Amino acid sequence: MSVAITMGDSAALLEVENLSVQFSVGGRLFAGARTLRAVNGVNLSLRAGECLGLVGESGCGKSTVALAILGLVPTTGGAITVDGMTIDAAGSINRRRLARSVQMVFQDPYASLNPRQTVRRTLADPLRLHGVANRGEIEDRVIDMLKRVGLTAGHADRYPHEFSGGQRQRIGIARALILRPKLVICDEPVSALDVSIRAQIINLLLELKESLGLSYIMISHDLGVVEHMSDRVAVMYLGKIVETGHWRAIFERPSHPYTRGLIAAIPDPFAPASASADKVRGEIPSPFAPPCGCAFHPRCPIVIDKCRAAPGPELARLDDAHEVSCWRA
Amino acid sequence: MKLGANLIIGGALFLLAIVVGILAPWIAHTDPVMDANLMFAEEPPGREFWFGTDAQGRDIYSRVVHGARISLTVGVFAQLINTIIGTALGLSAGYWGGWWDDFVTGLTNLLLAIPSLIFALAIMAILGPGLTSLLIALGLTNWSFTCRLARASALSLKSQSYVQASKVLGYSHFRIMLTQLLPNMLGPLIVIGTLGMGGTILAEAALSFLGLGIRPPYPSWGSMLSEARDQITTAPWLSVFPGMAIFLTVLGLNLLGDGLRDILDPQSRSRRL
Amino acid sequence: MTLLAVENLRIDLASGDKRHVAVDEVSFEIARGETFGLVGESGCGKSITALAIMGLLQRPLMIGGGAIRLDGRAIQDLDQDELQRLRGKRLAMIFQEPMTALNPLLPVGRQIAEMFILHEGASWREAERRAIEVLARVRVPAPELRARDFPHQLSGGMRQRVMIAIALACSPDLLIADEPTTALDVTVQSEIIDLMRELCAANGTAILMISHDLGLVASMCRAVGVMYAGRLVEVRSSADVFKAPAHPYTRGLVASLPRLGSRAAVGQRRLQEISGVVPSIAGFPPGCRFNPRCERATDVCRTDEPAITSLAGGGFVRCHHHG
Repeated sequence: MSVAITMGDSAALLEVENLSVQFSVGGRLFAGARTLRAVNGVNLSLRAGECLGLVGESGCGKSTVALAILGLVPTTGGAITVDGMTIDAAGSINRRRLARSVQMVFQDPYASLNPRQTVRRTLADPLRLHGVANRGEIEDRVIDMLKRVGLTAGHADRYPHEFSGGQRQRIGIARALILRPKLVICDEPVSALDVSIRAQIINLLLELKESLGLSYIMISHDLGVVEHMSDRVAVMYLGKIVETGHWRAIFERPSHPYTRGLIAAIPDPFAPASASADKVRGEIPSPFAPPCGCAFHPRCPIVIDKCRAAPGPELARLDDAHEVSCWRA
Repeated sequence: MKLGANLIIGGALFLLAIVVGILAPWIAHTDPVMDANLMFAEEPPGREFWFGTDAQGRDIYSRVVHGARISLTVGVFAQLINTIIGTALGLSAGYWGGWWDDFVTGLTNLLLAIPSLIFALAIMAILGPGLTSLLIALGLTNWSFTCRLARASALSLKSQSYVQASKVLGYSHFRIMLTQLLPNMLGPLIVIGTLGMGGTILAEAALSFLGLGIRPPYPSWGSMLSEARDQITTAPWLSVFPGMAIFLTVLGLNLLGDGLRDILDPQSRSRRL
Repeated sequence: MTLLAVENLRIDLASGDKRHVAVDEVSFEIARGETFGLVGESGCGKSITALAIMGLLQRPLMIGGGAIRLDGRAIQDLDQDELQRLRGKRLAMIFQEPMTALNPLLPVGRQIAEMFILHEGASWREAERRAIEVLARVRVPAPELRARDFPHQLSGGMRQRVMIAIALACSPDLLIADEPTTALDVTVQSEIIDLMRELCAANGTAILMISHDLGLVASMCRAVGVMYAGRLVEVRSSADVFKAPAHPYTRGLVASLPRLGSRAAVGQRRLQEISGVVPSIAGFPPGCRFNPRCERATDVCRTDEPAITSLAGGGFVRCHHHG
């Protein structure tokens, strides 16, 4: 498997076409392997400067999509093109080239920094690895990045345990940006932080997007954060995208019953005990045994016979860039 | 307070053994091999011969002091070899997984099934006695515990997101193992390494006792014990002093290891309420 | 009719030879059948307050003062035997992570049945039958089959339902729920909350809901207490705490979190930040504990702890510059 550098469409920073990722779990000497279809035919695209919100609950595959775009997980179908490079999977040299285009901000600030490295080393090592030899330049870039994320030069020689959760997340963001990537995948960047400092990090991410011209894929289960930050939103369920569109379309005119269910599930302090007809019942099925027909049908409030029989419909265009995969749309 | 005592006492004992070994030519009274005067054979400890003399009239004190060199050299270097082999195999097995992990685990299980001393014995029988053979035999047969530890640490550490972050940043696998994983698992490895040194010193003593390690006339604590076997009741000083040397050195290493564990690896500390 | 009254509760943390005050002067009341929420971030003391009520505090934490009254009777000094008689029968608690709260080696039906055996002297057969009934009431499908499952065979949402079943088995007077849905997916969370509300309303069980999610607590409870750094800084009705928060911290929380519909209304504006970090127990600031992060702080805030001020619409606030 290799990475080929092709001349792609310069406007589309990221193109994901019909991506499938399957895992084989188990399958040792005496037990048969079970297949997990984590991602099943996903199409995504992202332009420069855009923020795409990826929403879904456990087992929907959003984290797997992120790992596939980062070249960390082998794919079993489809194609991913990032910044002109086509990925089937990356070899070690080409992983470096990919690292200069796509980076990631992780969820848990307490696990995402090497406890035995100073902040300086965490930020400087990647620069050295990628060929920046001049010590002065390395120092400048490290200090510059620290300042951009709201820390100071004095923080550079400290160890992670000396920082609070919010500060560690800032360091994680600095590390993601030190190689000047074009696309940053943020995987639940504020879920593990105290509520009163989430706003700081959200504001920081938006500022950096503006000042550095970044594109984001924002993965979050918090719809409020997704609505605030995203230009477009894609909703995933059991490995498929069920609805995608402009943020306003998704949140003001949600079409898929699952999207409506997600929105209805958010507790509303001004309308307590709301028995909304949109609420979704039942448990999320295991991705090992997805329901046949439309994967959502066992929990769908508006299910009809067709949903049980036929496989789910393809994403169909509702209107301007708003697509939904539902027989009842 | 228990915490510091282990470290201090253990460290002091071990340091004492090392210093004695290094300074052996200067603090010994006689040459341990050549100076044998049958006139003074089997003298009990006294003013001239602090620890007494053996059947050949050699000064036990000087032999114990020189024996420190040999026993410690074997102990320290054999354990170093063990640690390097065990860490390299365990770390790579835990990180890579797959067939390499299966292979290393199988090899480790195999090694664990064979009593290490017997295995070392067999190797010594093939290679013949001597310092180099000892180092090879002990260095190649005692790495399984370190390997398991390194593998377990690698398995638990590799799922930390900073390791994933390194991959995303383009680090090669080797670089990740060396710079991200290894520094974070040093604590338990150092502890096991220290405790293991006590084990290799004992193993050398056992092998030399059996006549397969250091052969007479060279003084190793184990071979001295071997020579003194028949005279335990008639000339106890022949066994007591080398025996004490082994005991104190290994005790020191065990205490040092426990003390280091309290600092470096607090999770495995037994609960003190 | 006051069921639970917490009066000036103080909880100490012993660290080496030092004693820190983790929770200080916390007072609130819960009436029979009422729902009350305790909101705050990590380290504010909400969880240990709940543990103190249940008598589950362990060294190095201990109650350092104040009283906890159940139906007027002080329970903070009871010994373990008497507390065990209360737990399950009158007080019950459910936790965030059901996997660690359930016994992994026993089938769930049996764990529920134990409640009836312990507290109501039922026979085994009777208890197992009632356990299946309870499982049905928490809407577990095919309860006779699920009763024989082990915790690891169930999904997170199912396990939480089992926890609720165990907690409500003997119809306690008060259910304390400590972040019961934080580890669950949003759609499952919504169902569990609805279930809790329904069952408790049917039984007349009061709920003390603990969470960091102000929106969740406000939508579920009639009254909300906001804790910061070991103190109760505001107690209001849920509608008021959102519409007109009195304490700068509460106001900061409400303003800083992006809510659905706000971007459509006011655009993608910069979120209002609360500067600084949550203080740790060893480093609580003098005076009002929120003062380093408060835009309204003045000299008096840095030296004097604010007293309780009753508010017109009900509830109280602790602030020198509230309103």
